[in-house]
Amino acid sequence: MNAFDHWALSGAVFIPILGAVLLAFVPKRLEVEIKAVALLTTVVTAGVGVYLLAHFDYDKTHQLQYAVDRSWIDVISSRYHIGLDGISLPMLALSMFISVLCIVYSWDHFPEPHNPKAFLILLLVLETGMNGTFVAQDLILFFVFFELVLLPMYFMIGVWGGPNRQYASIKFFLVTLFGSALMILSFLALYFKVTLPDGSHTFDIVKLASVHGAGIAHGAQLLIFGGLFIGFAIKVPMFPFHTWLPDAHTEAPTVGSVILAAILLKLGTYGFIRIAIPILPEAAKSWAPWIGVLAVIGIIYGALGCLAQRDMKRLIAFSSIAHMGFVMLGISTLTTYGINAAIFGMVAHGLITGMLFFLAGSIQERFHTRELDRLGGLLLQAPRMGWILGFCAMASLGLPGLAGFWGEFPAILSTYSPAVGLNLALFRTFMVIASIGTVLAAGYLLWMLQRVAFGTVKAEFEHEHIHDMHGPEYLAWTPILVLIVLLGVVPGIVFRVTDKPVQKVTVAHVEQRRSVVTGQTAVGQP
Amino acid sequence: MPLELPRVEWATILPETILVVGAMLILLGGALLRRRLPAWVWTVASIIIAAGAMVSAWDLWRRVSHNHQGGAHTAIANAVVVDGFSVYFALLTCGAVILAALMADSYLRRERLNAPEFHVLMLLSASGALLMAAANDLIVIFLGLEVLSIALYVLAGFAQRRAVSREAAMKYFVLGAFSSAIFLYGVALAYGATGSTNLGEIAAFLRASVSTHAVLLGAFAFLIVGLGFKIAAVPFHMWTPDVYQGSPTPVTGFMAAVAKAAGFAALLRIFFSTFGTHRLDWQPLIWALAVLSILVGSVLAVVQTDVKRMLAYSSISHAGYILIGLQAATVRGLAGSLFYLLAYTFMVLGSFGIVTLVARDGDARTGLDAYRGLGQRRPGLALVFTVLLLAQAGVPLTSGFLAKFYVISAAVEAHSYALAIIAMLAAVIAAFFYLRVIVVMYMAGDEADTADADPIRVPFGAGLSLAVSVVATVIIGTILAGPAFDFARHASILRL
Repeated sequence: MNAFDHWALSGAVFIPILGAVLLAFVPKRLEVEIKAVALLTTVVTAGVGVYLLAHFDYDKTHQLQYAVDRSWIDVISSRYHIGLDGISLPMLALSMFISVLCIVYSWDHFPEPHNPKAFLILLLVLETGMNGTFVAQDLILFFVFFELVLLPMYFMIGVWGGPNRQYASIKFFLVTLFGSALMILSFLALYFKVTLPDGSHTFDIVKLASVHGAGIAHGAQLLIFGGLFIGFAIKVPMFPFHTWLPDAHTEAPTVGSVILAAILLKLGTYGFIRIAIPILPEAAKSWAPWIGVLAVIGIIYGALGCLAQRDMKRLIAFSSIAHMGFVMLGISTLTTYGINAAIFGMVAHGLITGMLFFLAGSIQERFHTRELDRLGGLLLQAPRMGWILGFCAMASLGLPGLAGFWGEFPAILSTYSPAVGLNLALFRTFMVIASIGTVLAAGYLLWMLQRVAFGTVKAEFEHEHIHDMHGPEYLAWTPILVLIVLLGVVPGIVFRVTDKPVQKVTVAHVEQRRSVVTGQTAVGQP
Repeated sequence: MPLELPRVEWATILPETILVVGAMLILLGGALLRRRLPAWVWTVASIIIAAGAMVSAWDLWRRVSHNHQGGAHTAIANAVVVDGFSVYFALLTCGAVILAALMADSYLRRERLNAPEFHVLMLLSASGALLMAAANDLIVIFLGLEVLSIALYVLAGFAQRRAVSREAAMKYFVLGAFSSAIFLYGVALAYGATGSTNLGEIAAFLRASVSTHAVLLGAFAFLIVGLGFKIAAVPFHMWTPDVYQGSPTPVTGFMAAVAKAAGFAALLRIFFSTFGTHRLDWQPLIWALAVLSILVGSVLAVVQTDVKRMLAYSSISHAGYILIGLQAATVRGLAGSLFYLLAYTFMVLGSFGIVTLVARDGDARTGLDAYRGLGQRRPGLALVFTVLLLAQAGVPLTSGFLAKFYVISAAVEAHSYALAIIAMLAAVIAAFFYLRVIVVMYMAGDEADTADADPIRVPFGAGLSLAVSVVATVIIGTILAGPAFDFARHASILRL
């Protein structure tokens, strides 16, 4: 490993925050320079990302690459351990990619009260938090990055948000903090309860995962998993912890909503795949049916919620709850198949829903409203935006050939044969309910499309000049749209990367299956 | 029979001596030269004295931690002890004196108060705190407690022209005297139960006898009540909001940092090391105190509309978190409490420093409304306050997070799961009221009193004090976390 490889991953995490520090010293009035510095920072970060992707060994996706493991706070045995494997890779790439596009998109329309300097500083800090969470291999490091994400988003919603921003931002912060509080307790319990073969205690995720929670009584495992579950489920968000999401999304500025949908929600599901399931496989098995139940409730509830919305952004927010339900359903099967589907679903949802929020923001900017009752005839006034909305609605409802399909369909399919030891009938029931969910998804998305894009222009906007897409929008949206098609046609580019590390996540369950199978043959032999 | 006087090893009580002698010199100088010298001279003198005490404490620290020339030892007929613990508190207290003196400088001129006496009282009070941390005898602890408290009673009423200040002094005095009496009663019971007031002898006695006498239990209870007043733990917190709100703001900061630290020094030394063998008897009491302080402090802070009063309640909840470390009664717990006190000192002094500046002439504008739009008017000040409030809320990358993390990890290690869960959930409640101040600073509309005739000024000394507080809060939470932890852990080495 050469010197650059050694520093590259840390660079990917900390370049944004260095850029933020640099920005702090640029005077406020030099707006163009501020934007240029911010854009350059994210582009350089993405450049490092491209390097990481290019030099990644795709035959060993299950191994941590570019790993750095140095002492950090010795007294609490927390180490600076980062590394990239096939599960982290797509998420890190998504995070860097979306960050660049967000700055491009907001180039010349910063929400009120303007102040691009502060806004971009927050955005860059946010990127450090997100990138860091996806590469951290130490529980405390993970927690620090996980929490670091909270603050910039809180300010973004609270300062640049809609009319009800104070309520939404505080609710977002407190609900998530509540989850984090239980999560860190679970981390501590893992530290003290898990004893490594050499007798030491650790916060290291890799080492903890390698012993599969050995030595912890089943009851304690269940409780520790419960703490992790609440922490991550709030972030996902799963029903019934979702109440912060519609408010936060509705009030957040466009870029805030995009990042929230595209990356922040994934921190929760990523936590399940990276931490909860590999470290406590036994407890995961006991919890899986409950996760599955909440996931399908989320799917149906989110869909029904969508049908009751009058605000476009709120509708997309509820659709996020439904889509993350599919992701969690895939995870709840504890199979390689289901978790691969879940990771694909995370990427696809990030792209598609992020794009929908971009559109909702642009529509609001033009019509100064997001009320579905007042919108209509977008195809007549701004045909390009109208078609893109149609395209994204199709992608979101899971049309084969677009990215959304590969997240949703395999997730449903995986519930047909969940991991050994899980109730087959129950999971097949989930399968049926989730399938109904896809029909509802088609229903609300087409309904939204119909009301926003089709029909005639409402009287109040009839004589208003509505500008179709402009430069920054072309620049920001084209890459996303291309990726949605690309991933839809060649899903293998993601699955190839995720498959091996996911096998490692589910290895505990596979081992169990083997022992069950051999046990049966042993009985059958005599 | 000739009276045998104990040998006095002056070197061991050099920090205390420097503070007391320095205070006397300022008093003398103030009486003779007040008219001729500008007020800042007294501030500088006070800082030099505190820094001198700090240097001598550092010298002791080097000796204690490197264990040459005897390491930790007792002195002056076993009345005081020099170990990592006592020196740690000496350094902490002197640091707090310097920060508070910097903050008080502009305050005293603004309020047109006499300068020298203020510094004299602060130095004397600090010497009491040092004595409490270094005491190896219950009587000496009481002595330190009184020196600390009596100076603080006067300081609380230092703004004589304001009725609230006089009221705060009165309230603090009456309840403080009351708690001192209860503490003394506890000392008497401890003497009755063990036959000595010397901590080493008490510990030796308790190691020999495992059984618990009712008189000893009474001693535990009275000592906890007496010190509970000083650290402002619920249910002995009643005076805190009024006294914190009424006292001159720099005094409030000093009181919140130093009096609490000294109270904890005594509490940790008496209970953790001396009564350590009987921990099963006192742990439930501390548990209840910790839970009540955390919950009551957090919940009542939520409903406050005065920032000074809100910070008073928040300091009550901080006392609860520090008690978690004592409740665990492990080395990790003790180190956690000490680290928490280090982080807390900077956070609380910085926070009250901001309140001092925003309160402006007459120390009156402490309501939440005074902070409306501070983000636009004084962005730097607002940023500093934001960092300090977030640190108090326990957000990562600040010292506050590591402090909470450390004490809670001690609780988990000691299997006090319920306490850990309650503490973490209360932290979420607490986050709400810290955030509310931030919301008001950044997110309120522009109806702020922008055309204010009395703008917020940041004098050099106050600015320096704030800068040190905020920088310490951030670097202890990030790059210096390791050394700071080591510092606290070294200090947890106690000698009986």
